[in-house]
Amino acid sequence: MAVDKNMNVLIVDDYKTMLRIIRNLLKQLGFNNVDEATDGSMALQMLRVGNYGLIISDWNMEPMTGLQLLREVRADAKLKSIPFIMVTAESKSENVIAAKEAGVSNYIVKPFNAETLKTKMSSVLGDFA
Amino acid sequence: MPAKGVDRDLSLRLDAVRREHGDTVRVDQVAEVVRAMLDTTSGDIDAGDLRLYREIESLADYIHAAKAEIAALRPGEIKNEFIASATDELDAIVGATEAATNEIMDSAEHLESLAPMMDAQVAERLTEITTRIFEACTFQDITGQRITKVVKMLKEIEGRVENLVKAFGSEMDAPKAEKAAPTCDEHLLNGPQLPSNAADQAEIDRLLASFD
Repeated sequence: MAVDKNMNVLIVDDYKTMLRIIRNLLKQLGFNNVDEATDGSMALQMLRVGNYGLIISDWNMEPMTGLQLLREVRADAKLKSIPFIMVTAESKSENVIAAKEAGVSNYIVKPFNAETLKTKMSSVLGDFA
Repeated sequence: MPAKGVDRDLSLRLDAVRREHGDTVRVDQVAEVVRAMLDTTSGDIDAGDLRLYREIESLADYIHAAKAEIAALRPGEIKNEFIASATDELDAIVGATEAATNEIMDSAEHLESLAPMMDAQVAERLTEITTRIFEACTFQDITGQRITKVVKMLKEIEGRVENLVKAFGSEMDAPKAEKAAPTCDEHLLNGPQLPSNAADQAEIDRLLASFD
């Protein structure tokens, strides 16, 4: 099934600059419906009222981290099937394992490039041109 | 004084010091208790007590020497000047790189907005180039996180130095050693000023004009 590039994507990061970078990269990949949150709790509120097809989240944020957000999403019957990509500078294997155990769909280590973002998005959403 | 009486007196004195100062007790206060206890035992000590007395005396000498060495490091100065200055400089780096990154991205977004006005091949190439610019801008997030970690470490060191200063009392705030006279124009080499201290170009121009 073709990927719907009109889906709503939620990006979560406490660095405004990083939100802007990811938004621009998504735009270049053809995804224009992008919302932003600056921590996990804000993201959770937006997820509960919105209709999102993909979450791209940083890990290290306050007060709610990306890992906590992931656990909340996976524990919520309405949200649990939304693909969740972690984009983080946390590159220790124990971090990746913890994220995987919490149900992460894919994991991108910062710094990253557009090709990596596209590849990881394709792996969770299906191929898109 | 019988040994049990000495123990009780020592216990009472230590309790009094603890009540007054909590768990952070200055070395000179400990020395005072030891001195008082030794005074109470004078004329009533045997060979074993004398060995103990010498051990305590050498311990006191050791503590005094260590205290003098730590005071020479001027921990108050480390805390108030060096660490505070280093964290300000690091915060300024984060602010400056963030501002520069946003400027770069503004320009890249403006460039990208020109793509629809170009032929398809040129527009595609332009988009590739702006993508590279956006990718490169991720450096700011990484450097920002690394610098934040360093600032946290410096704050931790600052806290420990502060505890040291508290434990040793006001003697740690010894006057600053006179710095060696700067050679040549060394005193003018201060590096970039923090934004809060820096003069802008208009101020510089006014200053220059004031010489005319």
